[in-house]
Amino acid sequence: MSQIESGMPGAQSGYIKKELPKSLSKFGASLLIIGLALGLISYLVDPARSAYGYLTSFMYLVSIGIGSLFLVTMEYAAGAVWSVPFRRIAEFFASVVPLFIILVVPLFFGMNSLFSWTNPAVVAKDQVLQAKSAYLNVPFFIIRDLVIFLIWAIFYFVVIKNSRRQDKSGNQALTTMNIRLSVALIVIFAFTVSIISFDWMMSMEPHWFSTIFGVYYFADAVWGALAVLTLASVILYQKGYLTSKITKDHFYSLGTLLFAFTVFWAYIAFSQYMLQWYGNLPEEIIYFMHRWNGGWKVVSIILVITHFIVPFLLLLPRSSKTNFKLLKFVAVWIILAQFLDMYWLVMPGMVNNGFEYSFSWTDFTFPIAVVGLVLVLFNFVARKNNLIPVGDPKLKRGLDFHL
Amino acid sequence: MTHNDNKIYGVAALFDNPDKIIKAVKKVKSDGYKYYDVNTPYPLHGMDEAMGLRPSRLGYVTLFFGFAAAVFILSFMWWTLAISYPLVIGGKPYFALPAFVPITFEFTVLLGVLSTVIGMITVVFNLPFNSHPLHDTEYMRNVSADKYGIVIESADPLFEETKVRGYLKNLGAFFTETIYEPEKETYKIFQPKFLAFLGVIAILTSGSTYVTLNKFMYLTPFDFMLNQKKGSAQAESNFFYDKREMRTPVEGTVARGYIPYAFKGQADPKEFLSNPLLPTMKNLQLGQKKFLTYCSPCHGYYGDGDSRLRGQFPAGRTLHSARVIGFSDGKIYNIITNGQNVMPSYAYQITRNERWAIINYIRVLQRAQNPEPSDFTDIKEINKESDKNVPN
Repeated sequence: MSQIESGMPGAQSGYIKKELPKSLSKFGASLLIIGLALGLISYLVDPARSAYGYLTSFMYLVSIGIGSLFLVTMEYAAGAVWSVPFRRIAEFFASVVPLFIILVVPLFFGMNSLFSWTNPAVVAKDQVLQAKSAYLNVPFFIIRDLVIFLIWAIFYFVVIKNSRRQDKSGNQALTTMNIRLSVALIVIFAFTVSIISFDWMMSMEPHWFSTIFGVYYFADAVWGALAVLTLASVILYQKGYLTSKITKDHFYSLGTLLFAFTVFWAYIAFSQYMLQWYGNLPEEIIYFMHRWNGGWKVVSIILVITHFIVPFLLLLPRSSKTNFKLLKFVAVWIILAQFLDMYWLVMPGMVNNGFEYSFSWTDFTFPIAVVGLVLVLFNFVARKNNLIPVGDPKLKRGLDFHL
Repeated sequence: MTHNDNKIYGVAALFDNPDKIIKAVKKVKSDGYKYYDVNTPYPLHGMDEAMGLRPSRLGYVTLFFGFAAAVFILSFMWWTLAISYPLVIGGKPYFALPAFVPITFEFTVLLGVLSTVIGMITVVFNLPFNSHPLHDTEYMRNVSADKYGIVIESADPLFEETKVRGYLKNLGAFFTETIYEPEKETYKIFQPKFLAFLGVIAILTSGSTYVTLNKFMYLTPFDFMLNQKKGSAQAESNFFYDKREMRTPVEGTVARGYIPYAFKGQADPKEFLSNPLLPTMKNLQLGQKKFLTYCSPCHGYYGDGDSRLRGQFPAGRTLHSARVIGFSDGKIYNIITNGQNVMPSYAYQITRNERWAIINYIRVLQRAQNPEPSDFTDIKEINKESDKNVPN
């Protein structure tokens, strides 16, 4: 696969496949092992608490994986040209999607400490939960989430397989097929991402509801996926793993999209907050009370600053989107800020289940494993595939892209 | 358009396609020409780079005005709603930042956009510019349709008409044209015809407005029963001695269903009314409902004087002091009707009957705090007794 056939769109792309350094894979594997070992210790120390830590990391991984898959489908559906040279990197990050179905299993065993509605004694005393039990019951919960992860995995395999087959054949019909699949997947996304976020995050506080919550999680997912994509593509470009035909205009577009989703998240988060703050109804405002009392006030304010104000101001000037140093810094910043958001979404839910929240190192064991897993998988998939879709008919136009 | 044959503005050239023009522009730039401009039917990717244009500084205008708008509108709302005329809206603080964010956002966008457009038109485009030399030329007709053009201006030190024409032809231009400065045109604004036209317009518009508003609107059926045979409030009458059409009611007239309060406005009258309502279950429930609605915000749910208004209004007194217990029903009625100290009159919110019902309920609250031994009789027994005593 190191040689591109002369008839292919990528023949003049100047792309030569280089192997990623072996140390990356070793580094990732060691992080994965350390993270898992520490996670296991945290489970032995406090099983209930480690369920929360695991859920935070799992939702974080889901947001990155599904956000990356969404970026791939968005490129196909919109017929975008500039992002074609970066699509492979998003595909590599999406390779965690088929693993969700396995990674979710430990959470099913921790459901009793995560969700109060799984406890029949609580439901018997609670009229609201009785009314919601047609949706919030354990068998339906497990079945629908497994089905959703299965649908995502199937779509991932079909879309990505088509994309890779094109590297050899250059067949344009594969692009047409992927466009159709992508449009279908975007519609499915709208429902499934909402259900996953409702199930795993919103139902921790089962009385509370917010119809915009799915969009909130979606905004987070795409934002995080874009940050990961930006970081990886800038580093790979600088080290010469991509083609030199990629210009600053490509990175400018990537930065602009990152900026757009920074604002989009703020818009959605503020819409949710303002309506519930203004209504001030007990069943709604309790969610924000849990995130304001008991020291969470500081975290909430830090979240607004790190998740919106700082990336907004850093990405606002035109020059910052072509400044590689700054782009890398912002991308790392966003990756951390997004973890903080997941933490902020999950952890205050403990209060609802009768636990007292106090800061604990155990919450930060699984994220190490997440970073390791992503690195190992990225390395594993990137080893077997071209880092640029050399068979894509849009590649030449994508490389010739100018603002 | 007439033009001045002696004064050349520049030489224009047309190209077939975007690639050719970009190549030509790169060459023109590298050959040292400084005063040239490019016209294309749509923005060309890579043209900024080819011409070596710096990024537009218009963004700073947007940034400045957007930021200024946000600061202005936030301080405006802060001053009007929290300082100058503080109003409690929806139980929120005076300076309710989340509620102000949408307005701040909208105003930032509005002023940012307006300043960008106005800045672009006045500063960057230099409008109004009615006599640009390129107007009405063959060149302009083509570049606003489907061709790509470049103009090298005579202001350039390297400019020489024939040389530049040949130079542009060599670059692949299929058409070149020498552009001349237009002759200065002067217009007289105050021509008699124009003034007469203005006069006619003024007479027509004011005349038709006058007829519509003062005559037409008062013709039947457009007057919508404006004129009727009846007394109006401010009209003059020749029948009555005081010449007023509208009469005042006879002294002592009362509206239907309204019983005036004899001690209205008297803080401490010599005598009081007595309570006409019996403390039946129905009356007590009415009293409870009205007490919880009107009295409890300041006096507390149980009349303990524990206001739940968090200091936004002075806290009400407790209703369990020996003084209040000693008040007669009529005295409390007088207080509810006339108000006392900072407590306003509730005569308009609470009807007569409801006031008496509230008083009965207050008595129940007071009794509950100071119960007598007979009150502790098992409530079930009372019910049994009362069941027996109820005549069928």
